[in-house]
Amino acid sequence: MNIKPSRLTLCGNWVLERFPLAKVWNDHMAHYYAPKNFNFWYFFGSLALLVLVNQFVTGILLTMNYKPDAKLAFDSVEYIMRDVNWGWLVRYMHSTGASAFFIVIYLHMFRGLLYGSFKQPRELVWIFGMLLFVALMAEAFMGYLLPWGQMSYWGAQVIISLFSAIPVIGDELSLWVRGDYVVSDATLNRFFAFHVIAVPLVLVLLVFMHIVALHEVGSNNPDGIDIKKSKDPWGHPVDGIPFHPYYTVKDVVGVAVFLLFFATVIFYMPEMGGYFLEAANFIPADPMKTPEHIAPVWYFTPFYSILRAIPDKFAGVIGMGGSIVVLFLLPWLDRGKVKSIRYRGGIYKKALMLFVISFIALGYLGTQPVTPLATTMARIFTAIYFGFFLLMPIYTRWEKFKPVPNHLTLDPSLEEKIPALIALWNEVTEMKSIETDKGVVIKRRFNVEGTKHVLIRFVKYLKESLD
Amino acid sequence: MIDERVDKSKRQFLTTALTVVGAVGSGYLAVPFLSQMQPSVKAMAAGAPVEVDISKIEEGQLIRVAWRGKPVWVLQRSPEVLKTLTTLDGELRDPQSMESSQPELSKNPARSLKPEIFVAVGLCTHLGCSPTFRPEVAPRDLGENWKGGFFCPCHGSWFDLAGRVYKGVPAPTNLEVPPYRYVNDTQIIIGEAEGKIA
Repeated sequence: MNIKPSRLTLCGNWVLERFPLAKVWNDHMAHYYAPKNFNFWYFFGSLALLVLVNQFVTGILLTMNYKPDAKLAFDSVEYIMRDVNWGWLVRYMHSTGASAFFIVIYLHMFRGLLYGSFKQPRELVWIFGMLLFVALMAEAFMGYLLPWGQMSYWGAQVIISLFSAIPVIGDELSLWVRGDYVVSDATLNRFFAFHVIAVPLVLVLLVFMHIVALHEVGSNNPDGIDIKKSKDPWGHPVDGIPFHPYYTVKDVVGVAVFLLFFATVIFYMPEMGGYFLEAANFIPADPMKTPEHIAPVWYFTPFYSILRAIPDKFAGVIGMGGSIVVLFLLPWLDRGKVKSIRYRGGIYKKALMLFVISFIALGYLGTQPVTPLATTMARIFTAIYFGFFLLMPIYTRWEKFKPVPNHLTLDPSLEEKIPALIALWNEVTEMKSIETDKGVVIKRRFNVEGTKHVLIRFVKYLKESLD
Repeated sequence: MIDERVDKSKRQFLTTALTVVGAVGSGYLAVPFLSQMQPSVKAMAAGAPVEVDISKIEEGQLIRVAWRGKPVWVLQRSPEVLKTLTTLDGELRDPQSMESSQPELSKNPARSLKPEIFVAVGLCTHLGCSPTFRPEVAPRDLGENWKGGFFCPCHGSWFDLAGRVYKGVPAPTNLEVPPYRYVNDTQIIIGEAEGKIA
């Protein structure tokens, strides 16, 4: 019996004979084998893609009403906020999306530091990712000028002046970037062009390269093991599962949780207490007067702190640029032979902890006004920041590694953890007979001794893992 | 590609020639593309001198005027301020304004044509914020060493009331003094130097 193919199948075949849709889908989704032990930290790659799409869609909608003209820009943003149907939502989705992008990207990069995802053979994945980070910073910086508020104006003034610190060509270069002697209409107009056309194209291209490079070498995992080493008879990694449907389904959960937070910010705190949208930016740009306290948006403050900490113009700019450049060099600075932090020595764990503390501290200091104490603190944290990277070739050689297993270790599921949790609960509490006016009753009470034991055990465990 | 009996040197020559011609062509095309981002003729023309009436400025008062889109300060300084200025040399990076930008006639310790009237471009030489005018001595937020001057809120640079930069702050040079001249005792023109047009 001959089954006649349906019209739809015929249509599909017609396309597949002319375009390798199925091949691309299989190579990157259905037959792309990812390690089976991805944890919480592996949500942020797909979330970054989601935020990128959000920025594209809301950005296109915003350009329909925004006017890139120094006389009209500020008012057109207010027009979007007040008179355009749902304009406030689209604008808040875009502005919150910018901050969300950096939160997601910073966590994504931290994941790389945790599990050594930048190490051989993923150096190029890391480099493309870093280029994406730089392009993203450029995109965010130029986008921030567009509302033409006070912070937009003076932020751009400061950042463009960074170029003037370069010897010989500096002044000419900053003039060329501005297109005028001060930040003006010409600057706004070209930043609009870069923000809306040039940089987004670069971003898309880099995302493509980032993913192609990743899928060529395969994803890293929390154990830092190469899953291609052991394959089943069909040639698939034993420790791998197809990205689709297993990880698409997992990522949907991540997306749902992310959207919960995202929507909360958009609807209840779109300015995030002045961190996502700064108060001074609700005043139109005034070239005659700098706001009393200017600070960049939160995602630039760590680097801004480094700039402020160095009491010399050129050295400050070098320090700020250098703080990004060292990130590019990471694959070659780290001489450790093991990828994942699970099997690395205590010295790297301590160094990474210090780095995270100094990064957050620099970020906080960058939002605060300059005081002598804050400057001293910023200098200390700047030294730690650079120390983490530049001393890495030395201290990673001293590391004592733990043995790395041949196969992925799987975290116990929540169900498997329940007995241990009950045991813990029994240890920190105890049953006590208490006299009340109704007589003696037995009640669960907090147990000081037991809690002490638990804490001591935890500290010992922590110390052991850091040694 | 068939490689038998092929004269590769000719092929190489053509490849090289095409590469060179292409590179030169792209180089030529880059000139208009890059140069169109330079300030336009209109932007360059918008630098007309500004006339300022200084008769109504009181002692210790600072007024701001816009010149070439930049804030320019005109400050009337008291004799006490001028006296303080002479005592600061040790704390300043460039007290004699050797490395700073000013017209020749303003290259003196008070950095002005007439000592009591101080004119400067109100943009920090560090990264171009406009410093705040803080004439009071030893305010709580700036500490006891503050003798009155300009404080840049962006990166904490200190300048005295002659726009001279202190040591140990990010700004590299003194505030820029624009070219200006006296029309008569009560009027100055900013943007024109004494004797010639800037």
